[in-house]
Amino acid sequence: MKAVTRKATRHVNQNEGLIFEKSSAGKAAWKLPPLDVPEVDTQKLLGASERKDLGNMPEVSEIEIIRHFTRLSTWNYAIDLGMYPLGSCTMKYNPRVNEVVSRLEGLANGHPYQPERVSQGALRIIKTLSECLIEITGMDAITLQPAAGAHGELTGLLLVRAYHQSKGHPRKKILIPDSAHGTNPATAATVGYAVENLKSDARGMVDVAALAAQMNEDVAALMLTNPNTLGVFEQDIAKIADLMHAKGGLLYMDGANMNALVGKVRPGDFGVDLMHLNLHKTFSTPHGGGGPGSGPVAVKKMLEPFLPKPVLITKPDGTLGFEYDRPQSVGRVRAFYGNFGMFIRALAYTLANGPDGLRQTTEDAVLNANYIRKGLEGVYDLPYSTPSMHEVVFSDKLQVKKGVHTMDIAKRLIDYGFHPYTTAFPLIVPGALMIEPTESESKEEMDLFIEAMRSIAQEVEEDPEMVLAAPHTTRVSRLDEVAAARKPVLRWKPS
Amino acid sequence: MRYLPKSPADREAILKAIGARSIDDLFAPIPAEYRLNRDLKVPRQMAESEIVDWFRERSRENGDGYATFLGAGAYYHYRPVIIDSLISRGEFLTAYTPYQAEISQGTLQSIFEFQSMICELTGMEVANASMYDGSTAAAEAVMMAVRLTGRRSVVVARSLHPEYREVLATYAFHQGMPVTTTGFTDNGRVDLKELERSVDQNTACVLIQSPNFFGTIEDVAAVAEIAQKKGAMLVVSVAEAVSLGLVEPPRPADIIAMEAQSFGVPLGFGGPYCGVIATREKYVRQMPGRLVGQTTDRNGKRGFVLTLATREQHIRREKATSNICTNQALVALMANVFMTIYGKVGLRELAKQNLAKAAYAAQQFGKHAKVLFSGTPRFNEFVVQTSEDPYAINSRLLGHKIVGGLPLKKFYPELGNAALWCCTEMSTRTIIDTAVGLVAESERSVKSAKEADVEEVAR
Amino acid sequence: MSYPTDFKYTKEHEWIKASGNTATIGITNYAQESLGDIVFVDLPKVGAEMTAGKTFGSVESVKAVSDLYAPATGTVSEVNGELATAPEKVNKDAHGSWMVKITLKNPAELNGLLSAADYEKFVAEEGGH
Repeated sequence: MKAVTRKATRHVNQNEGLIFEKSSAGKAAWKLPPLDVPEVDTQKLLGASERKDLGNMPEVSEIEIIRHFTRLSTWNYAIDLGMYPLGSCTMKYNPRVNEVVSRLEGLANGHPYQPERVSQGALRIIKTLSECLIEITGMDAITLQPAAGAHGELTGLLLVRAYHQSKGHPRKKILIPDSAHGTNPATAATVGYAVENLKSDARGMVDVAALAAQMNEDVAALMLTNPNTLGVFEQDIAKIADLMHAKGGLLYMDGANMNALVGKVRPGDFGVDLMHLNLHKTFSTPHGGGGPGSGPVAVKKMLEPFLPKPVLITKPDGTLGFEYDRPQSVGRVRAFYGNFGMFIRALAYTLANGPDGLRQTTEDAVLNANYIRKGLEGVYDLPYSTPSMHEVVFSDKLQVKKGVHTMDIAKRLIDYGFHPYTTAFPLIVPGALMIEPTESESKEEMDLFIEAMRSIAQEVEEDPEMVLAAPHTTRVSRLDEVAAARKPVLRWKPS
Repeated sequence: MRYLPKSPADREAILKAIGARSIDDLFAPIPAEYRLNRDLKVPRQMAESEIVDWFRERSRENGDGYATFLGAGAYYHYRPVIIDSLISRGEFLTAYTPYQAEISQGTLQSIFEFQSMICELTGMEVANASMYDGSTAAAEAVMMAVRLTGRRSVVVARSLHPEYREVLATYAFHQGMPVTTTGFTDNGRVDLKELERSVDQNTACVLIQSPNFFGTIEDVAAVAEIAQKKGAMLVVSVAEAVSLGLVEPPRPADIIAMEAQSFGVPLGFGGPYCGVIATREKYVRQMPGRLVGQTTDRNGKRGFVLTLATREQHIRREKATSNICTNQALVALMANVFMTIYGKVGLRELAKQNLAKAAYAAQQFGKHAKVLFSGTPRFNEFVVQTSEDPYAINSRLLGHKIVGGLPLKKFYPELGNAALWCCTEMSTRTIIDTAVGLVAESERSVKSAKEADVEEVAR
Repeated sequence: MSYPTDFKYTKEHEWIKASGNTATIGITNYAQESLGDIVFVDLPKVGAEMTAGKTFGSVESVKAVSDLYAPATGTVSEVNGELATAPEKVNKDAHGSWMVKITLKNPAELNGLLSAADYEKFVAEEGGH
């Protein structure tokens, strides 16, 4: 292996155990103020419902908790440390002002049921974000209720069904391209629609002829990601929208790849009827190790009556409130109003950017993906020659000859201080390497990434075992996932 | 723009390397008629200080500094400061889903600890790494019972949170699952006779909440008996997680669907919160959501991985147990730290304080108005029935910077002028006494108005 | 690998061995090789009906799930309980690890299936793609 520039923090070697292993009776990290009301006889009040024992819950002190979690944190890779080239995840910078404003007490301690009179702050945040997202997507109305992208898809399909039902015929099928994210077919099934696969053509885009053949009055909608999961803009989008609309179907857009579109084009303008957004992707809310997300659904006017309730309204006296009297609404998809904490963050991001910042962000995202594409062309196989937007998909075809697959290359990338790109997705590209840098990567960072990937390609030729046995520099290596699935151990138990 | 790490020179150099004349070349795939040639109509770019000011104004407009008596599925508890110190670390805050186990051991081990502690508290054998919230966890738990029993209909208690029931109705409608609602009796609990009549051979599960929406603790064993003897499963929703410190968990349940917001997650005007599903080991393959399992690496070192992924959408696609992808990792971490801070002794003491505060408040309110369901054990919520409309009372309370109990008329009209009050360790005696005083005053003035009427007639 | 000549095979890589009205079913060595380490086998209960060509269960590896397709029509009479705790037996010896036994509805159905020689040829062609 050549001398390689390390960027990410080397993983620390401490064997930090489980918190239960540090526990012992009498240690405490808590203290409650004295009771200012009379003590109660719990036995008298609760009787048989009283719990006597909290089993193996831990007892530790505050410094042990601080050290425990601090040490654990040092075992994680994170955006704050370096690039995540994960395709369609849009791992961009999570601005810290977002964290500060979400902790302002009136917002952080606001109860969802407090009277509207003292909720004007929260309602104004919801209204402003809604207006911004409607403008960005080119739609007419929006719901912020869904908790994540998949939840947004669910809500979207509920709207599709309600719409068709109101026309007298709910229809039976949803068309989904074979390049789609797994949540798409899973969601369709949850809503009771049958899924029909739509093939991609040689350019990696929707096969319009196939769509024309498959579109009929039994198809409720087409679920499209645009740009698609290959990072390619569906250039026939006008034809696609027309084909759907001509037979009364709806065009649903999965907004996971909005980072290629914000400020440059609006889905509502190119024929989309409804779409979801991922605030934890495009709008910088933090991934936090896997969530929370937020998946607002924006719709065209004809779908507005079906939106989940309540909806935000402006009352005659100018104050804001929630309207519950919505007879055609699909109902609720969750309690309360949505992941409000994420609305604050997404709005702060939007305000920090303004129209020029948003446009520049999108341009940089697309610029970056194309720079990486140029840097790795010829070294890795590019299955589709169509222009890339904000992400690019290579395949491991050239490396497979040496017995090395995309997963191995991804693991070796860890040794160079990067998080792996997305492996083995989309399914239409066997052995895929799906790379999305986002606008948050500098030229320096991308040069390091390109250099690392080129170096690995060379290793595959000269010393494939180095790649196959990677990673070499992490605390743990090649964890046994088979054993974990055969005999799952899902909780700690005292020995 | 300060989040973008590129100089104009960098952009020039990159364009040159790509062989593009300008950035417009890269957007050529977008048909010209759709390309925006105007600015988006969003507010102009703001400086950081302006952003903070803007939100500070919103915070002031949002009842900042008011005391609250609201519960109803979202609880105001003290959040120890080290929760934010720890979760704000960039390695937790800005980390991705732990698919690459080698460089995500921090996230994975903490989720494993979370799963373990939820099991301890709920008395179940396995717990997942969180769902969106308590309401969707309940709906997903019901669908799990449907899959496991092969039956389609559901019996749900009316004493389950009304919005949880709305969410279930939405999910159930589209899966063709008929839902029957069973009422509650004067003691605030599920009507067991009505339940007995509602459960039959088609019932996949019975869904109740305990402590229920009114704060009353259900007779879980009795409900379980009725459900399980007819082959139906029992799903119990737990909305106030702190209750698990002092109230026996619903051990006879087959599945518990929890809301862990009380464990250190801010009220935040309704979200993000932290749902969890806990169940018996034999049902684990039908459980939705992420799961972390313990394993060893090739050197025999203990480590953690996401496991049983074949249940999930990215593999099963349309046959998945659920469409869920994102979980609530960061809020689950908050809950994790909270549970670790309070631990075995602290959680019980915390729950005791909640019980004491609510008991005191209920007793005081009871001197002036009617407190419903008083014969039955309750945790930190109770229902007060007043002569005056609770909205009017709350209006006056707002003048004292107090947010009163939730008026129940829109959910339970038959309860008349009833409101749901919650007291936690954060409710001070002074505030409780003030609220009670205002309710007492209201009752007196209504009574004297009534007495005045009586006088009229007698004259 | 040589495929037992007393078995019949399907294009979905199941094997079936009949004796009178009963038949034993499993998956082929080619199947277990393609799947990788098997972590879970999902089988029907005794008494369940199977229809030729339709799915009757699934086999899981860590990253994938494969449906099991019924080679013939019949009723499940026995299920191999060992596979619930030791699914890896299928990897070690696919042809010796039976999954279900069924009472055949129509033994003549098996005549339409592949012989060992035909199956070997089929697998060689598939592998070459």
